[in-house]
Amino acid sequence: MIVTPTVTLADQPFEPGALVTAFCAGRQETGAVATFVGLARAEQGAAAALELEAYPGFTDAAIEEIARTAIERFKLQDVHIVHRTGRIAPGEAIVFVATAAGHRREAFEACDFLMDYLKSRAPFWKKEHGPDGARWIEPTDRDRTDAQRWD
Amino acid sequence: MARVLLFGRLADQAGWRDRLIEADDLSTLREALAADDPELGDALAAPGVQIAVDKAIVRGEAALTTATEVAFLPAMSGG
Repeated sequence: MIVTPTVTLADQPFEPGALVTAFCAGRQETGAVATFVGLARAEQGAAAALELEAYPGFTDAAIEEIARTAIERFKLQDVHIVHRTGRIAPGEAIVFVATAAGHRREAFEACDFLMDYLKSRAPFWKKEHGPDGARWIEPTDRDRTDAQRWD
Repeated sequence: MARVLLFGRLADQAGWRDRLIEADDLSTLREALAADDPELGDALAAPGVQIAVDKAIVRGEAALTTATEVAFLPAMSGG
C-alpha cells in the first residue's frame, strides 16, 4: 500500500484537537496514533512573537520528502503534518504531527523522528520579536544533536 | 530574465524579497545583484547561502530563462 503524507503550511492559527479527531476517524487497522503539538513559548516576556517564513512549494516539498522517509522507515499507515507560518503569538500551536501505525512503538518513534527533523533541518527562517527588537534564530546545538540520533 | 526571491535575513538586508532581473545564467545574475548592492552581493556569496532554481537546490552554474525562479536561501532555522 502506498501511503501519501499530508503536509500543510498554515498562515492562520489551527486547532490541534480537531486535527487529532479527524486523523483518528475511520481507522480499522490502526492500533496506534501518536501526536505532537509544539507551542510558541513566551520565554518570560523575551519573545513577544515568533515569525516563521517558509518558501511555499519548496518547504512543503522538503517536509513531504522526510515524511515519506518516515513512512518507509517506521512502516507507517498515515502521517499528517501541519506547520504554521507567519506571525505566531505565545501559546499558539506552531506544529502538529500525527503518525498512525499498527503498533505504538513505530508511531511514537516516527513522531519523534519527524519532530527532530522539523526542528533542525526543515526549510524555515525564524525570527523572534522581543522587547529589544527582532533577531533571526538558528537551530540550537541540542536541536542538531537530537536530529543526529537518527543518522 | 529571472524572478529572484530572497528569504530570511537576506530579504531584511536587501530591503526587498521579490524582483525581476535580466540575466541568462546564475553568475550574470550574481553580478547584476552585486552591482546594484555590493553588500548584498557579498551576503549572497557567503558560505551557508544555498540557491534553489525552480525550487530545486543547485550548486554551481545554471541557465536562466524568462520563467525561472531563483531563490537565495540563508541558513535554515528549522521550525
